[in-house]
Amino acid sequence: MSTDPNSVEEVAAGLRGVGYLPGDSTALVSFLAAKLGKPVLVEGPAGVGKTELAKALAKYLGRELVRLQCYEGLDEAKALYEWNYRKQLLRIQTESGDTGWDAVQDDIFGEQFLLARPLLTAIASPEPVVLLIDEIDKTDQEFEAMLLELLSDFQITIPELGRVEARTHPVVLLTSNNSRELTEALKRRCLYLWLDYPDPEHELEIVRMHSPELPETVARKLVEVVQLVRELDLKKPPSIAESIDWARALLLLGATQIDQTVFRETMSVIVKHRTDLDTVAERVGVRLEPAQAA
Amino acid sequence: MSTEELEFDGQLVAFAEDLRSEGMAVGTSELLDAFSALELVNWASPSQFRETLAATIAKSPEDRRRFDLVFERFFFRASELQAVRLDVSEPQSRVSGDEVDLDELRRQIARALEEGGESDLRDLARLAIAAFGKAQGSGVLGVDVQRIRRALGLRTEPQPDLPLDDPRHDGIDRDQLRRFEQALRRELERNQIERNRSLPPKRALTDLDRSLPGGPVQDLAAVHRVVAQLRRRLASQGHELRGHSRHAHVDVRATMRASLQTGGVPVELKYRPRRPRRPELFVLCDVSTSVTSASTFFLSILHALHDVFRKQRSFVFIERISEVTEVFQRERDFRSAAAAISRDAGVADVSGYTDYGRVWSEFLAEIEDELHPRATVIVLGDARTNGRPPREDLFAAITAKAGRTFWLNPEPRLYWNYGDSVIAAYEQHCRAFECWRTDQLEEFVKALTRPTAS
Repeated sequence: MSTDPNSVEEVAAGLRGVGYLPGDSTALVSFLAAKLGKPVLVEGPAGVGKTELAKALAKYLGRELVRLQCYEGLDEAKALYEWNYRKQLLRIQTESGDTGWDAVQDDIFGEQFLLARPLLTAIASPEPVVLLIDEIDKTDQEFEAMLLELLSDFQITIPELGRVEARTHPVVLLTSNNSRELTEALKRRCLYLWLDYPDPEHELEIVRMHSPELPETVARKLVEVVQLVRELDLKKPPSIAESIDWARALLLLGATQIDQTVFRETMSVIVKHRTDLDTVAERVGVRLEPAQAA
Repeated sequence: MSTEELEFDGQLVAFAEDLRSEGMAVGTSELLDAFSALELVNWASPSQFRETLAATIAKSPEDRRRFDLVFERFFFRASELQAVRLDVSEPQSRVSGDEVDLDELRRQIARALEEGGESDLRDLARLAIAAFGKAQGSGVLGVDVQRIRRALGLRTEPQPDLPLDDPRHDGIDRDQLRRFEQALRRELERNQIERNRSLPPKRALTDLDRSLPGGPVQDLAAVHRVVAQLRRRLASQGHELRGHSRHAHVDVRATMRASLQTGGVPVELKYRPRRPRRPELFVLCDVSTSVTSASTFFLSILHALHDVFRKQRSFVFIERISEVTEVFQRERDFRSAAAAISRDAGVADVSGYTDYGRVWSEFLAEIEDELHPRATVIVLGDARTNGRPPREDLFAAITAKAGRTFWLNPEPRLYWNYGDSVIAAYEQHCRAFECWRTDQLEEFVKALTRPTAS
């Protein structure tokens, strides 16, 4: 069952329905992506929910999510397709001697010897899918160039088989952490979405949605503290995922207030570097109320 | 198709032109995307209209910032132009300065600011102008804006002498105040246009407008682009200069592998690929207090060069030199690299004054054996010796050993050799460039990649 949205508001409500609170532009760009069939380039700091957006979109649209995790040295064999070499060998060996060369050749380059990797899977799927190409900035430029054919025409050329064209139009999301400038050609083909840390109200809503049992006052305080911590110059500022984790931790501890003691004990949930820990303890910890004597 | 629609298309194209004139690359395909995307969304909502255009046209945070500024400017001017043409004017506010209780108005505006949404700001601004602005307009918008703000008593810092329930007691939120000032400015501009019945010439964006809040990161992107260009030029230059196939090395492994196809007989010889000759760089960067403002720029050049050249050794210096090659290899991120340098480099000496003579002698002692005619030395510094001996003889020794030496000076040429600047003494031995903007960096790149006479 797949959904076909008709307005931006519908997308926003739909994403909410599957547990993702989109900002205005997020909903708008998702809507455009589904309607126009253009890939979306999502950029922003780590942990603001770029990957989550793809998952939520897949869930809401009722489509399967095909994910390609990029890394340095990723090549076409890992991303597009590969011939199943062992199976081909077996096929040749079981063949009796009198079969002609042509017959064998036609045989071993058939679809049953093809190993589909994520990109081919997404293209060839009979049902429309959501294709997530995660951390595209980790790959090299050659791979990006290879993607261009796929992203503009939604087709892949396999020399032995011919062209595989998309039967359905996938929604494509590319995410990038901005560790490398992407090529203009790729950017030109994409819609662009910049996801930033949410403003306090939005983040409060997100935290409340993920741990509704947490008292409102604690949640509010938590968001305030996280925003304070983000303003510091840290190696790794806390992301939304970390505020959610922290909320859960506080819930487990049954905290009713974030005071200095609680903060010191649970700080490591949101700050993950030793040097950062010191900075945060110095700059934020002291601003909180001291623990009440029990 | 009605004429109105045609006009809208034209407006959008004109908007794209405007963006291009501010240096954004807007492709035709992106414009087409914008048109097809606009068909899908609700135009009547300004925010959707704007976000749709942004998603199809502005493809980086820097571009987005520029897009927003140009968007404001363009559509404000377009609507004002239309108003002037059709001779529409805003109804004048009925309040005049003497009738309203000014203190009460001050309080109300401050309160509304604290709660206020975007649309209220405009009304507030008009109210404020009606109450405080009319009497003595200076004609300069920025001055008027500040005058009105002061008259309203709006400040970001707390004002403890005001009553507790007054929002100004704790100070106004900085962002909110900035938005209010923008609204004020816009309304004043509108008034001016109405009075003069013509549009003032449009103001091009300055570097200050364009820069993202939050520091020199946007410079970094520009510097990286220039340096990437540098790399391409150097690589291709290497190809041209090399003699054609003087000698080639047989790649034994590849030859053996190829021979498997011919039953183990090496029919086809495989050669090692010819790698372009990588130039070796030695970069010396001044990080003393006299170049504080430029040192971020310098460090970003260093950082970008490190991304590109494998064989590069970098040094920072104040009184003494310290090698930071490792820091740049370890830290990919510019900010952390800069932080690590200020922390670990150990050049922050007591005086904090540059001592070029000492720097040269230390550099020579450490590096002399590794300098060769193919090496390039780049010095980033202002050549201000603080009265210490410049020791150009040592510098001459360095330049004699190295193939080429360049000096990038962050000061405008006008200030060279004034005061304690001794760049003239060094300029005899190297080529000096003034370099405090990225376009000047490009000039340097051109010079660096120009084939040498040898």
